[in-house]
Amino acid sequence: MPGFDFSNYNRNAALHAQGVPLPKATSTGTTIVGCIFDGGVVIAADTRATSGPIVADKNCEKLHYIAPQIWCAGAGTAADTEFTTAIISSNLELHALSTGRKPRVVTCMTMLKQHLFRYQGHIGAYLVVAGVDPTGVGLYTVHAHGSTDKLPYVTMGSGSLAAMAVFETQWKQKMTREDAVKLASDAIQAGIFNDLGSGSNVDVCVITEEKATLMRNYITPNQREVKQRGYKFKRGTTAVLNEKIITREEISKYVTLHELSSDDDVVVVEKMDIDA
Amino acid sequence: MASLFSSNPTLASNPSYLFSQAPHNLAAGNKEHGFYPYTDNGGSTLGITGNDFAIIAGDTRSTSGYSINTRYSPKVFRIGGDDETGEGAHIILSVVGYAADGTALKERLNAIVKMYKYQHGKKMTVKACAQRLATILYGKRFFPYYVTAILGGLDEDGKGALYSYDPVGSYEREQCRAAGAAASLIMPFLDNQVNFKNQYLPGTGVGHDLQARQTEPLPLHEVEQLVRDAFTSATERHIEVGDGLQMFVVTKGGIEEKYFPLKRD
Amino acid sequence: MNHLPQAWGRPRDDVYGPYDASYLQSRLPQTHTQSPIVTGTSVLAVKFKDGVVIAADNLASYGSLARFTDVKRLRPFNSKSIVGIGGDVSDMQYLDRLLNSLDVTENYSSTGHSLNAKNLHTYLSKVMYKRRSDINPLWNQMLVAGLDGNDEPFLSSVDLLGTTFSSPTLATGFGAHLAQPLLRKVADDESKVADITRERAVEAVKECMKVLFYRDARSLDRYSIAVVTKEGGLELKEDEQLEGQSWAFAETIRGYGRTQEA
Repeated sequence: MPGFDFSNYNRNAALHAQGVPLPKATSTGTTIVGCIFDGGVVIAADTRATSGPIVADKNCEKLHYIAPQIWCAGAGTAADTEFTTAIISSNLELHALSTGRKPRVVTCMTMLKQHLFRYQGHIGAYLVVAGVDPTGVGLYTVHAHGSTDKLPYVTMGSGSLAAMAVFETQWKQKMTREDAVKLASDAIQAGIFNDLGSGSNVDVCVITEEKATLMRNYITPNQREVKQRGYKFKRGTTAVLNEKIITREEISKYVTLHELSSDDDVVVVEKMDIDA
Repeated sequence: MASLFSSNPTLASNPSYLFSQAPHNLAAGNKEHGFYPYTDNGGSTLGITGNDFAIIAGDTRSTSGYSINTRYSPKVFRIGGDDETGEGAHIILSVVGYAADGTALKERLNAIVKMYKYQHGKKMTVKACAQRLATILYGKRFFPYYVTAILGGLDEDGKGALYSYDPVGSYEREQCRAAGAAASLIMPFLDNQVNFKNQYLPGTGVGHDLQARQTEPLPLHEVEQLVRDAFTSATERHIEVGDGLQMFVVTKGGIEEKYFPLKRD
Repeated sequence: MNHLPQAWGRPRDDVYGPYDASYLQSRLPQTHTQSPIVTGTSVLAVKFKDGVVIAADNLASYGSLARFTDVKRLRPFNSKSIVGIGGDVSDMQYLDRLLNSLDVTENYSSTGHSLNAKNLHTYLSKVMYKRRSDINPLWNQMLVAGLDGNDEPFLSSVDLLGTTFSSPTLATGFGAHLAQPLLRKVADDESKVADITRERAVEAVKECMKVLFYRDARSLDRYSIAVVTKEGGLELKEDEQLEGQSWAFAETIRGYGRTQEA
């Protein structure tokens, strides 16, 4: 039986009726935008993820890969935007393989809306789909309930009004790539500084007939301030009540140990901010 | 107490004797809902005392929902000043929560402290002012001022004094207190850095015998650094905190005001 | 025990269960405004180096119906201040009456000085806070613009909860979401106000009124705009038309998804 597992539904409904709160999902409060220019399309997003009033991630990625020349900006429930774009990306790849053609943006948008409509809004994904295919440039918005829109410039998320205000005053027909990138990032910054659900950095993705260019952290207007004091603790500040040492010999009975020759062997995915 | 219960049909086994006390059937009473007289304007405040000073600080952002009302709306005020600039004041008050109630509370306390001086010919002590503030808050026990207040100044011995309140007037003198939206982020930091909670002296023993680090009064410049770090950190992780940091320092020389910009996203 | 007159002759609660007291109600419950009926939308205002500019459109909506298209929502008060009112229109007219009576009393008083914008804002915020505390609110959000006691530009807001705040630029209602981000690009700090000319401020406000007309479904392209300066006093224009609208983008829009080539 494919799809979601509903076996805990009745138990959770009963718990909820007794006053047990629902678990809080990480949501991307978010400002996302898209804008067509002469020869392509640009989408952009802020990088703040929130859980209620708390910033859950200061530098999350809201621009999702769908196909080499189709990208998607997501607002709403973080997990829903991630999994929805991933599943459509897979299906679109299979579709491209079976037809032997490049995937089209309309196809992607139609698959997204049909998937989301089936779940009647319970999948909280609000998306901006953009790309270039053999038929030309495409830019759409897809709402969680399955409705879509096709416009030359679009905004979504809690900062959509701030961003749209920028588009409504500065958008022109047939813009250059540079102007469109500037306009999209200005719209995101309007969201970052005026909407509490949006913040941190600007991510941009430009898609043309040739290729897609992802510019991660294109603008970083919110660098963390240097602290006034150092917060290093002397070794031994934390009380150790119990200690157990597992030796190499002991652990190698259960797992295979692999020797790392140098620091180069360690893969660092993203460097964490730590004080000097 | 009996009147409280008699209005509850499930608890009342005895007949009710007054029309006004009679149990109301929920279905029969026309109950309307629409206006909720409170809102939350976000932000955070923080107070720390030392040997001969008290600091109260607050961010200057005012919010409603996901919007910023303004980037500069002070939450810390001088109390008992001679004019509207607050010149000559010796007490500071911070209020965070519902800003309109905060303003009303501040104005009431300010008027009371001024009247005290005119009537008694001497300044109100911080201790007296703190007690008075508690009675003001409790006076609205069933329609509370929706604010968390912190009062600061110097006590009769010239030592830093800080009093923290809940919305209905429960209060306590403390060394340090964080309040408002990011209180749960800042307070643990203060416990660790001001009261040295969970810090032990390395090498003084093993396990339970390890000696806890004893608190000592912190000097002013260190406390100031802690306050700034608390707010830059809260700004990073709480969406309702930011824009600016306003800090009031009370010493025997008077009240000094400082302002530091915070991130605006 | 059945000794109080109110309880005489009624079924005993301990035998028959609690008596349904709703039959005893001698009067209807007192009701207050619980939601606005006829409403006005956003009000915008910007401070500039020697004054303030404020604007609001001339529409009063009845739900989604554009009911009255010639309602003036900027209310001047003596020559130094002006109040822009959004929200319930009947409450706005009550406030107008209140301000009239305030103006009359002030003119009869012998103190010799008149109320400035700051005083007016304080008065209105006390009225609004009192009404919310009585759980009988005036369902409005207002911007008070003008000059303060030192003839400096003054701009501040007050709403139905009595919440007050001020800023170099302010916008109520939908404008808080759409116009404020644009206005903050003009002046995001009190220190920048000194660099803003009257022309720049008026231009910014007009641009925002246009964006609001594009995107606020309860707005209109006829509006009122006022400028208060020390030199020129209060200049109010109540029947302006939005200029330079652009609907060119609409030409290119075809459908919402898969479309046949035209």
